[in-house]
Amino acid sequence: MKRFLFSAFLFPCLFSAQAFGQEQPIGLRDGPGRELVEGNCAICHSLDYPVMNSPFLDRAGWEKTINKMVSVYGAPIKKEDIPKIVDYLTRYYGKKE
Amino acid sequence: MISRRGFLKGVAVSFAMSAGRFFEPKYIFGMSFIGPKGLPEGALRESIMAVLPGKKPLIKRSYRPPNYETPVRYFNDIFTPNDVFFVRYHLSNIPQVDVKRWRLRIGGDAVDKPLELSMDDLKRSFEPVEIAALNQCSGNRRGLFSPHVPGVQWGYGAMGNARWKGVRLRDVLNRAGIRAGALEVTLNGADGPVLPATPDFVKSIPIWKAINENTLVAYEMNGEPLPQWNGFPARVIVPGWTATYWVKHITDINVISKPFDGYWIKKAYRIPSSRFPIVERFISQETEVDTPITEMVVNSLITNIEDGQIFRLGHAIEIRGVAWDGGYGIKTVEVSTDGGRGWQSAELGRDYGRFSWRQWSFVFRPPRRGKYTVMAKATNRIGQTQTFELIWNPAGYHNNVVQGVGVSVV
Repeated sequence: MKRFLFSAFLFPCLFSAQAFGQEQPIGLRDGPGRELVEGNCAICHSLDYPVMNSPFLDRAGWEKTINKMVSVYGAPIKKEDIPKIVDYLTRYYGKKE
Repeated sequence: MISRRGFLKGVAVSFAMSAGRFFEPKYIFGMSFIGPKGLPEGALRESIMAVLPGKKPLIKRSYRPPNYETPVRYFNDIFTPNDVFFVRYHLSNIPQVDVKRWRLRIGGDAVDKPLELSMDDLKRSFEPVEIAALNQCSGNRRGLFSPHVPGVQWGYGAMGNARWKGVRLRDVLNRAGIRAGALEVTLNGADGPVLPATPDFVKSIPIWKAINENTLVAYEMNGEPLPQWNGFPARVIVPGWTATYWVKHITDINVISKPFDGYWIKKAYRIPSSRFPIVERFISQETEVDTPITEMVVNSLITNIEDGQIFRLGHAIEIRGVAWDGGYGIKTVEVSTDGGRGWQSAELGRDYGRFSWRQWSFVFRPPRRGKYTVMAKATNRIGQTQTFELIWNPAGYHNNVVQGVGVSVV
């Protein structure tokens, strides 16, 4: 069994012809605001972006990041949704107080 | 391969079979922890080995756009094989270019006559050259910053050394004719953003850098056509400078008489002025407070020993690694095995030119059982050396702190 796992790992995997490797869904933590993050952020990039940037950003850090997404990168986030997204990321992926 | 460690660390590995089914074992016997340690917790959790078409398993930092780094053990070879070379993109709209229809367009207000070249034109009309050069992401090791900064949380693997074959950008620009007053040269590739509002990834370089004999439009990497993920069919090569300038899938090169105001040069990729000992400066883009990142800083990496590795007393340990800088040449690599108190010179390997990294090796004979911290510190020919304390900057660039690898002798 171990030897099978080894050889299965060592040989390159076959993929259907697509632009990227198979993007596996990133499971975000459950909580209010999660769907807003998934719906807005995943337009441009996979959700491992916010996850890998955790848990060292405080509220101000997440706010600055989301504002950059909107003002620099043109993320089409509704104005009233921005604080909810910042709340979610701060609570579930932010610096522990 | 089973690592030489005497203990197991679990790693989650996921890969999809061609039928689209999902096989996700929780542990692979003997595989080492991906890490490296020091990355933010979230980055460690998301570190998995994953496969892009044409590549062996690499350490995935993000799926989309793809950011995948090379496991350090591949850096024991002087040239990094194409199928393990790291992949970095800013934007997710990545084309598969048909090389027969690809054209390189030269234009701008500071050329005499705009030009359009096919790949055949490029290969037949200009003298080919090949240069060995290290390609390193500006943010390599950003994940190891303390305090952490946002961005792609790279470990050690966002770099690779290759032989790049192509034509001199200078020869191509001279064919179009460079006017007096030329200031910068913009570089635009075929990839682009998902949303029209997102700034396209376009860089510029100073005219003097563009006409430097080492700046290339390359179509081969290590003797093969560029891999899709490393810029097929052609990319710009700027030896000594960080990889942000090595624009992939290059299509449009414009010689201009005024400073380019694109986001990715004007706002992004900046370092605080005077914080780093750089020689080549992008003066037409400088502000009072910051300047574009340019040359790589002197740095080194231990490539054949992992943190926590265990050795038996009585055996000589060969420590191997690589060292590099912004193109002035490596003068010495010194190694310490007592946590930085005493240093001895390592032996330097064959010189593949000042833009290639330089291999080094050091034989360590531990006098007794115990724990040792192995460190390597490179110095270049103009006296620049690595730092013991991180030169922190908000974007997470130029991490060249002397690395410490812990080993146990039993």
